[in-house]
Amino acid sequence: MMDVSDAIVVDGLKKRYGSVVALGGVDFSVPSGTVLGLLGPNGAGKTTSVRVLTTILAADEGRAEVLGINVAEDPQSVRERIGLAGQYAAVDENLTGSENLRLVGRLTHLPKQLMLERIDELLTRFDLEDAKDRPVRTYSGGMRRRLDLAAALVHRPPVLFLDEPTTGLDPSGRQDLWGVIEGLVREGTTVLLTTQYLEEADRLADNIVVIDHGLVIAEGTSATLKAQLGATIIEVGFADPETARRANTALCNIGICGQGAMPSIVELKVDDSARVVLEVVRTLDAAHLEPTTLTVREPTLDDVFLSLTGHKAEEPVAGDGDTPAANGRRRNRGAA
Amino acid sequence: MTTIALPNTAIVYPSRGLRGAVRDALTVTWRNLVSMTRTPQVLVFSTIQPIIFVLMFRYVFGGAIRIPGVNHYVDYLMPGVFAQTVVFGSIQTGVALAEDLHKGMIERFQSLPMARSAVLAGRTFADLVRNVFVITIMVLIGFIVGWRIHTSVWGALAGILLMLLFSHSLAWVFALVGLSASSAEAAQAASFPILAPLVFASTAFVSADQMPGPLKWFAEHQPVSIVIDAVRSLTYGAPFTSNGDVLKAILWSVAIIAVAAPLAVSQYRKKV
Repeated sequence: MMDVSDAIVVDGLKKRYGSVVALGGVDFSVPSGTVLGLLGPNGAGKTTSVRVLTTILAADEGRAEVLGINVAEDPQSVRERIGLAGQYAAVDENLTGSENLRLVGRLTHLPKQLMLERIDELLTRFDLEDAKDRPVRTYSGGMRRRLDLAAALVHRPPVLFLDEPTTGLDPSGRQDLWGVIEGLVREGTTVLLTTQYLEEADRLADNIVVIDHGLVIAEGTSATLKAQLGATIIEVGFADPETARRANTALCNIGICGQGAMPSIVELKVDDSARVVLEVVRTLDAAHLEPTTLTVREPTLDDVFLSLTGHKAEEPVAGDGDTPAANGRRRNRGAA
Repeated sequence: MTTIALPNTAIVYPSRGLRGAVRDALTVTWRNLVSMTRTPQVLVFSTIQPIIFVLMFRYVFGGAIRIPGVNHYVDYLMPGVFAQTVVFGSIQTGVALAEDLHKGMIERFQSLPMARSAVLAGRTFADLVRNVFVITIMVLIGFIVGWRIHTSVWGALAGILLMLLFSHSLAWVFALVGLSASSAEAAQAASFPILAPLVFASTAFVSADQMPGPLKWFAEHQPVSIVIDAVRSLTYGAPFTSNGDVLKAILWSVAIIAVAAPLAVSQYRKKV
């Protein structure tokens, strides 16, 4: 039996598209009132998981429950209790903001008076009051996302699914949306959030499930995932990859082997950073290898992802070269 | 800023059964109609183009063509122009569905506690409403340019209903096309080659008698011609009354719905 305090339970979920395995047996659960960050690169199975849980897609095998209701057995009852905001703001461009919300209100069968009050609340809350009578095609990207999220909330669902809610948004748009999501969580909404942005999971999620190629490869809090890597990371940068390689050999000889995310950087994961820094400097000096940079930092979820999967979160699995999201993210970092 | 208390136990408003399905279909119809009135392309298709077609065919071809047994070509022509317009207009059903599919609207609908049937029912019903509007405009313009009903008001109404029934059957065909297409543009591109031969190799503008053998056979037996001839028999009478075209036109429409609607529904289920 499931724990009654779990709002979402996924057990052995499998889904294939022809020969492609989208989900290879995924398990996780989300305690009521918490945020789960489902983290993974493009094609990892995040969206497929959300589609199964939101009754859009039937799984081949396994069990998925929302608030104790099996999504395959009673999808309509699940739909009454969930909200979904997707990657592509699913609002009608020709309808106004308030018409879009009314569409969802009618299709969730809210009593009219309640629906109108609720729509007013949402328009105020999402700062769309001034734009409510304008067609959505005149909205900015951030406004569309806010409207999309508002549309997912019209019927006050206790469980909310957010599929890459901030993909493609500019930094201030992301900050706004994060604030809104945090507000919903404070009020008790259970949220399943998929993201490729490690800092988004870091900021919003109580628990993180990392999936890759349709399998859960790690789970835990942001802190426990980081702790798996050792306390501190020392990055030593060199002028060229060859020097970096020689430096790594020299360091390996004294028992501190590094790895590099980039060819000209040696990355060391250590518990006792002060002592190691000293040894690194001595060893490099003795070998006449001069570093260009030396950084001591706490691990980020990027590091977690790299060590778990062997590739960076923003690198597409199939190498299709399509990483606008990742580029956006780098820009966002630079600006933050 | 207003604070909204979100209860952890949901208050839900279940809506099941036929009543719920009708209500949801009407909601989707409302959304489609509002959306239509704000889409310039659809507006032009539904207002200006029908007017231009009526005027153009009336005055360009009107003096050049004689049909045996018909005194005024305009009486022969108008049913053809009406049918041509609603037939081409049915492409919009597919285009709009393809757009909803690829812009994520259908995915949102799928996650809502609404009747599963409402998306297709609301789409085809909205397009039926659009056709009522389009036909009304064309009938009015037709009267202005000299088209007359030679039977009775009931005959003319029956003719209009027949055209609506046929256009509704085509809506299901193009719902299938739209749900199978990779984009709205692809849906549009795929639809025209299906319709062009049906509209132009027909009795819409000229009698099939002057056409060469195989083309004549096709033009006389394909559904668009049959519907147009049936409308002529209902609005003009002789020489169009004898051939049972009304019954054939109804049978064609019903048969098209019987084949295309289940296929469209199954394609819709597959897509989501």
